[in-house]
Amino acid sequence: VLAFAAMGDDRTSEATVPDEADLVRSLRDDDPAAFEALVRHFGGRLLAATRRILRHEEDARDAVQEAFVSAFRSRKQFTGAARVSTWLHRIAINAALMKLRSRRRRPEEAIDDLLPTFREDGHHAESFGSWTEATDDVLVREETCAYVREAVARLPDQYREVIVLRDFEGLDTEETAAALGITPNAAKIRLHRARLALRTLVAPRFQGGPL
Amino acid sequence: VKCREAAEFLSDFLAGTLELEVRTDFEAHLGRCPNCRAFLEQFRTTLRAETLAGRDEDARTVMPEELVRGIMAVVGKRRG
Repeated sequence: VLAFAAMGDDRTSEATVPDEADLVRSLRDDDPAAFEALVRHFGGRLLAATRRILRHEEDARDAVQEAFVSAFRSRKQFTGAARVSTWLHRIAINAALMKLRSRRRRPEEAIDDLLPTFREDGHHAESFGSWTEATDDVLVREETCAYVREAVARLPDQYREVIVLRDFEGLDTEETAAALGITPNAAKIRLHRARLALRTLVAPRFQGGPL
Repeated sequence: VKCREAAEFLSDFLAGTLELEVRTDFEAHLGRCPNCRAFLEQFRTTLRAETLAGRDEDARTVMPEELVRGIMAVVGKRRG
């Protein structure tokens, strides 16, 4: 049962992905060590998600703790219809969203300065070249990823939240709308504006010249 | 379709959810507007950069030892 626990911590490598059947056994067994191995294996990824949503370390950790406790309580009901990782991720997201919803909503801020501008005839006011510095091997670099995350963090809360829920955590439009207390159509429009704004924020990184 | 409208369609175009008629007009605009083609590519790259930045953060985030211990303490009590 604990075989996967010793496989290292590199979740990006296929070779270290634990066998799903082992994970399910770890979840269902009444073996504390097996559950702890599960907590250690998935905890980092879940903490990354709750930090992105909540941007508050204590709340993010609380959400992860609540998620694992809730997963433990309902472990016998886990059917295997979803992967263990997907199931845990969903529980953690829900725990984070509960906290997010309890916060007072602020009025929507404008991001017009970050949106593309157009001439009177409807054409772009700006010329866009190709991003010479946006090859895949640049995009995966640690410093590029950090730059992109910092750009997301610079978005006003409402726009950052919609990008995090839709693009980072993979919620669908309806789930995102419900989480944010807006209509699905408003969530779609907000997401698109957030992505346009993010394009503006990351552009300096990719337009060439010294990084 | 002008650039102004085309810019509104990018997310739906990439998600494959544009209605056929709108998509046809959008693609016709792209065919004659290199600036919108470049803008679409930048937009697409932004989404890819988001995905990779998220995966990088997921893989890089370390589960704090005290959080593991806190969870196991609660779980241990519930197990009774």
